[in-house]
Amino acid sequence: MNAVVNIIRRELSAYFATPVAYVFIVIFLVLTGVFTFYLGGFYERGIADLDPFFRFHPWLYLFLVPAISMRLWAEERRSGTIELLLTLPITLWQAVVGKFLAAWLFLGIALALTFPVWLTVNYLGEPDNGAILAAYCGSWLMAGGFLAIGSCMSALSRNQVVAFILAVVVCFAFLLSGLPMITDLFSGWAPQALLDAIAGLSFLSHFADISRGVIDLRDLLYFALVTGFWLMANMVVLELKKAD
Amino acid sequence: MIEAKDLCKHYGSIIAVDHLSFTVGPGEVLGFLGPNGAGKSTTMKILTGFLAPTSGSATVYGHDIVDDSLAARRRIGYLPEGAPSYGEMTVDQFLTFVARARGIEAGHIIATVGSAIERLNLGTVVHQSIETLSKGFRRRVGLAQAILHDPDVLILDEPTDGLDPNQKYEVRRLIGAMASDKIIVISTHILEEVAAVCNRAMIISEGRLLADDTPSGLLARSRYHNAVTLVVENPHRAASVLSELPEVAKAELHGRELTVFPTGDGLFEAVSRAVSTHGWDVRELRLEAGRLNEVFREITGGAAAS
Ligand SMILES: Nc1ncnc2c1ncn2[C@@H]1O[C@H](COP(=O)(O)OP(=O)(O)O)[C@@H](O)[C@H]1O
Ligand SMILES: [Mg+2]
Repeated sequence: MNAVVNIIRRELSAYFATPVAYVFIVIFLVLTGVFTFYLGGFYERGIADLDPFFRFHPWLYLFLVPAISMRLWAEERRSGTIELLLTLPITLWQAVVGKFLAAWLFLGIALALTFPVWLTVNYLGEPDNGAILAAYCGSWLMAGGFLAIGSCMSALSRNQVVAFILAVVVCFAFLLSGLPMITDLFSGWAPQALLDAIAGLSFLSHFADISRGVIDLRDLLYFALVTGFWLMANMVVLELKKAD
Repeated sequence: MIEAKDLCKHYGSIIAVDHLSFTVGPGEVLGFLGPNGAGKSTTMKILTGFLAPTSGSATVYGHDIVDDSLAARRRIGYLPEGAPSYGEMTVDQFLTFVARARGIEAGHIIATVGSAIERLNLGTVVHQSIETLSKGFRRRVGLAQAILHDPDVLILDEPTDGLDPNQKYEVRRLIGAMASDKIIVISTHILEEVAAVCNRAMIISEGRLLADDTPSGLLARSRYHNAVTLVVENPHRAASVLSELPEVAKAELHGRELTVFPTGDGLFEAVSRAVSTHGWDVRELRLEAGRLNEVFREITGGAAAS
């Protein structure tokens, strides 16, 4: 536990030691604003909720989370610090989880800084704040899923650009697997169970309910499992690739 | 005590370490000596638990480096090749991070980090970020990180590589000061380093152990061991005179230097006597201890050919 906390602390201070963290947060906030107020038609809808805000999160995360995750392991491998880190008396799992949690907390901070949107909607009307809180949690959970994928992809290469592209591609596949353009490829010839399974993997379909503030245990479990799975994969990849 | 048994490491088809076995105990400063690509770094990565051996095993004070890796790693301080560290951190942030990761109690961290900073003369740069430091300082930060928890075993991969002569001297002095009760393993391709800091040397080439000896033992293998080299006014005449002596096996002239090789004992005295009898004008006269680079070339070159 102490080992994980120590790593989280180191990672977080590393984010804020460089401009990367601030640049990321500003871009994140600007983009959420643009999506919510222009594309989402926040005002035009005349409904006091944050659906236009949350609806775009999966698409935002698709590019922004890989931007955070790409350096996680690629940078350690490029600079050789991975050798230092993994010869300290900590387990690989502690290292993977510590780095993941730090990045996840960082995304949480960025997400929390969108609170002016929440203030605005409360100023304009009387939204269901419980639902908004639930949607925030759901959004953060989904970010964790994206991040775990990104962390694993980052372990595959010592090049951050490669890590970024791989992460976007895999995240994109997870995001889209529920949309008709993917399911249509399978429908007609694949059994319904497979179709359901593919659709069931989609971040979008699991996030759809959460973003409306409906917390279903299955959706939470889904994101927890996805995150856990990719962190395990992350360990395996590191074990195989750390020598290169 | 480190015991390595039949260590092998393959990278795909490359055999980086090939059935390496050795034992090192406290008080020994073991130098891994070998050309680039010999497998020195790979062996160190295995001993520190970073890489698992393809086959074979090693223990550090009885802890298997694969099955009981954490316990083994706790006893080791490691400076990886090139002294990597987190550039954006300051020196004290970095050392504090390592101290915490090493499980040093919260109350002792400041003192521990402080003493490492002092031992490596890092006082002037504690609050500077590591990426802004010169190479010499960065290497010292890497060493500070390795000795922080006062480990029983120090594994240092090319600790003086790229340092200037003063910095090299400092690092060697530091290693010498810690040597008495620790196991120290350093790797180097600099021959003088072995003579300067090690009391045991293992010559490795292509992953195989070719010689395991003391530095003086290695020197004794040199054909120059106990030879006499002199610089005189007329080396050709001196050469022909000296070759006649029963103590001289052979005389060789390299530029201005004349070297005579011994048949047995008493060569130096015989040469001195000849010098005074003939009244030669001698600029230089020395007894050779042996030449490491020649031993090294002979041992490693033989391996490459076979
Ligand atoms: N990650 C790796 N992948 C493939 N080959 C490697 C890797 N690391 C080292 N090697 C090869 O293994 C051999 C030993 O390398 P190394 O242990 O670094 O040697 P040294 O430290 O003695 O210079 C070399 O031939 C090197 O090219
Ligand atoms: Mg090396």
